[in-house]
Amino acid sequence: MSLLDYFRSSKPSSASLAKERLQILVAHERVSRNQPSYIPKLQQELLTVIQKYVNVGQDAISINYEQDDNQEMLELNITLPDESEQNN
Amino acid sequence: MARIIVVTSGKGGVGKTTTSAAIAMGLAKKGHKTAVIDFDVGLRNLDLIMGCERRVIYDLINVINGEASLRQALIKDKRCNQLFILPASQTRDKDALTKEGIGKILEELAKDFKYIVCDSPAGIERGANLAMYFADDAFVVTNPEIASVRDSDRMLGILASKSRRSENDEEAIKEYLLLTRYSPKRVKIGEMLSVEDVQDILSLHLLGVIPESKSVLNASNSGTPVILNEESNAGQAYADVVARYLGEDKPHRFIDEEKKGLFRKIFGSK
Repeated sequence: MSLLDYFRSSKPSSASLAKERLQILVAHERVSRNQPSYIPKLQQELLTVIQKYVNVGQDAISINYEQDDNQEMLELNITLPDESEQNN
Repeated sequence: MARIIVVTSGKGGVGKTTTSAAIAMGLAKKGHKTAVIDFDVGLRNLDLIMGCERRVIYDLINVINGEASLRQALIKDKRCNQLFILPASQTRDKDALTKEGIGKILEELAKDFKYIVCDSPAGIERGANLAMYFADDAFVVTNPEIASVRDSDRMLGILASKSRRSENDEEAIKEYLLLTRYSPKRVKIGEMLSVEDVQDILSLHLLGVIPESKSVLNASNSGTPVILNEESNAGQAYADVVARYLGEDKPHRFIDEEKKGLFRKIFGSK
């Protein structure tokens, strides 16, 4: 039995793998569940405005929403392209 | 005051109807007048699990449309005179299921019944949303399996935001975890998420663990809620769940592998 256990412990059990995957997934889904429903639309419209002036791709903008007891924070991150790309 | 319980899960096939039938029977057997409602319009099955499929004359939609009274539609259980079943419609259009209609039915039932158990369909469509909308308590039925746990978490989000209680800023729905189809043996060898694993993720109050058991299929085959099989693990586990819900202090069972004697090892267990 102890020999069997030794071989078993050499790789993680499928249950612990499941737990790990679930923890990451559930945490991610809870964040997006709690954010205001206007976020995706806001993201899309901001992108349209930015694209009028700068040639950026669809994934150039990321919005992060965080909330704790006394404040809400909206973090907006725009990645501008390299200058060499801009000149093209 | 009647208490409205929704039995929900998101994912299908995890044991919502089995659970609804068992706890409704359990509550009724404890002397509380109980109604159990099938919200799965189009795919009703509670009548089969309760063993009253041949006694269905009117259904939920008939009552909503005013084609039958609630008294006409409620089927009195033959084994327990405190238990009544309101079946779902088999054929009608789902659009007939309205918030106003359900609200009226629940209000009328609340005058006469102590507990109203709402058996939710799978998914997050109208039937599922309405089954939980008016609830006071939610039994979240979960299998120790990745898709079921994820869907349960999703349902918790909906319970918290799309219910009468949340819309009226009342005290939130009380949520309980019911872990079903649990196999201590597979947990032990690391093939199945454990009770602690699931609780770590969902952070819910554990109402009970129902072990994987042959008696569940046998019970549905014969149309007898499994809680009536007092010899089976699953039946006993559901009885514990009902007792705990009613405030009794019962230690959790069936979480660890039972030690089999030589006799049972040879001749198998129930």
